[in-house]
Amino acid sequence: MAVLLFAEVTDGHLGRDATAKALTGARKLGPVTVLCAGARASAAAEEAAKLSGVEKVLCAEDPSLGHRLAEPTAALIAELARDYTHIVAPATTDAKNVMPRVAALLDVMILPDVIAIIDADTFERPIYAGNAIQTVKSSDPKKVITLRTTAFEAAPEGGNAPIETVPVPADPGLSAWVEDKVAASDRPELTSARIVVSGGRGVGSEENFKLIERLADKLGAAVGASRAAVDSGYAPNDWQVGQTGKVVAPELYIAIGISGAIQHLAGMKDSKIIVAINKDEEAPIFQVADYGLVADLFQAVPELEKKLG
Amino acid sequence: MKVLVPVKRVIDYNVKVRVRPDGTGVDLANVKMSMNPFDEIAVEEAIRLKEKGAAEEIVAVSIGVRQAQETLRTALAMGADRAILIVATDDVHQDIEPLAVAKLLAKVVEAEKPGLVIMGKQAIDNDMNATGQMLAAILGWPQATFAGEVTIEGDHALVTREVDGGLQTIRVRLPAVVTADLRLNEPRYASLPNIMKAKKKPLEEKTPADFGVDVSPRLTVLKTREPEGRKAGIKVKSVDELVEKLKEAGVI
Ligand SMILES: Cc1cc2nc3c(=O)[nH]c(=O)nc-3n(C[C@H](O)[C@H](O)[C@H](O)COP(=O)(O)OP(=O)(O)OC[C@H]3O[C@@H](n4cnc5c(N)ncnc54)[C@H](O)[C@@H]3O)c2cc1C
Ligand SMILES: Nc1ncnc2c1ncn2[C@@H]1O[C@H](COP(=O)(O)O)[C@@H](O)[C@H]1O
Repeated sequence: MAVLLFAEVTDGHLGRDATAKALTGARKLGPVTVLCAGARASAAAEEAAKLSGVEKVLCAEDPSLGHRLAEPTAALIAELARDYTHIVAPATTDAKNVMPRVAALLDVMILPDVIAIIDADTFERPIYAGNAIQTVKSSDPKKVITLRTTAFEAAPEGGNAPIETVPVPADPGLSAWVEDKVAASDRPELTSARIVVSGGRGVGSEENFKLIERLADKLGAAVGASRAAVDSGYAPNDWQVGQTGKVVAPELYIAIGISGAIQHLAGMKDSKIIVAINKDEEAPIFQVADYGLVADLFQAVPELEKKLG
Repeated sequence: MKVLVPVKRVIDYNVKVRVRPDGTGVDLANVKMSMNPFDEIAVEEAIRLKEKGAAEEIVAVSIGVRQAQETLRTALAMGADRAILIVATDDVHQDIEPLAVAKLLAKVVEAEKPGLVIMGKQAIDNDMNATGQMLAAILGWPQATFAGEVTIEGDHALVTREVDGGLQTIRVRLPAVVTADLRLNEPRYASLPNIMKAKKKPLEEKTPADFGVDVSPRLTVLKTREPEGRKAGIKVKSVDELVEKLKEAGVI
């Protein structure tokens, strides 16, 4: 068995947390070769080579791979797939875009959002927004897998793998990148933060959302949001936590003015400690909260910020 | 331009999912079923393209049990022009896998020659998030997944995608596959007169054999279980008590 791990590379940088967590899962399947692809990928490849347990790093550099476009990236991975039994990636939006395309090019099913590896053919994955966990056995000759990063510990540094350059297939020219809109932030990244503070519709406005952000900054936390808060324009889309947003499992998750719909719980219920602040004592969020505070957030949140010293 | 919209019949998103105690799956008999929420958004987007004059005809397609007729009637009542049902199983508990669905849709595309396929990004039952990407791969078409905004510009589409880092805009050559994210639009409700009219719109029935596609699954479900529950927590009476508990737990 041999595993190809498609590393998360954005603008030439390695998405270290996501890649290192997927590496831990990938190693259960066999020796791991990491693929770093991009217009620039050599710095990412060097960083990936230092992760403990990597056998080899493949570096694919070409302008066509510059913006994580699905068509050239999937063509590259499908080409390299010949030498591997398992093709694995962390379940990021980039990988969710690319990996099903890879699977179809190889005429195999995709195994998305895997949370446990039973054996080389058998995996566990959540379905119905995490309301059920399915064990599936694949009969395909190759497995194409995305791993949910919250289910795996990040692999440590300490490796020194050799780096090899690989040729890139010709650009199919089907799509072109136009623009990225990325909000710059000094806060920790949502999916790897130790603490996440999230606000919901109860927060009431974009202006009021500053309350959530201030509390987060006091705690050195990332900021999350419910879909209702994003849809209402209080928070940007990349803050959404849930079935269709990001899946997080921090040590501490503080849900403020969030009712606790199953689609939201799907993205945070594996957090170690959950705190809920909501004025409705019947809100379903209290069923998953370790510590629930029934209170008006406009009083409780500033008070909490102050008392954190 | 013709637009093809694949729509899936799934458990209604408000229904509490029940895992069968014997581990054989989720109970789907006698529960409310609806159109996958992302597919409603896809249908709505197709209708808006037609209203803007960017599309002439909308064809809705569903694959699964015969009851998916109802889902197609909903699409027709919203504004689709005609529908194709591919009856691939008679067991409501058998899910047709994205790879098989994509192969069937590719055959429909061959026959119908749409300029655009717009579908949901994810079915809320199996949470695969795969069919659109697989269809694009089989057709050799470009894909624009997780779309939050779609503009047709001649023989290209400009699509803004919702990605981990924020938003990404790409330009794809048509024909292409677009998958809809939640914020693309707010789908309309079908009016009563339109529901009546939809009953007369054409709905064609096919089988996978008509297309020569093998839909046997590649993944065998060995077991379905409930996720580990969380143990019940406590209510704190004040912010002071909350801070104390969090300090005790060592998280702040
Ligand atoms: C297909 C699909 C996918 C979805 N995916 C997601 C997803 O990924 N993530 C997600 O979050 N949702 C998702 N949703 C939406 C989800 O169903 C809920 O609608 C959403 O999570 C509700 O957000 P909310 O809790 O902020 O709002 P609400 O349900 O409106 O809750 C607001 C809460 O704030 C409280 N409140 C109000 N004022 C105050 C105050 N002053 N002080 C304290 N508390 C106050 C209220 O008591 C209430 O409990 C999805 C839905 C669908 C159909
Ligand atoms: N059986 C089906 N019939 C019609 N469309 C489907 C079917 N399965 C998936 N789709 C389409 O593919 C999208 C993504 O589904 P999935 O890849 O299963 O998460 C859905 O939102 C539908 O638009």
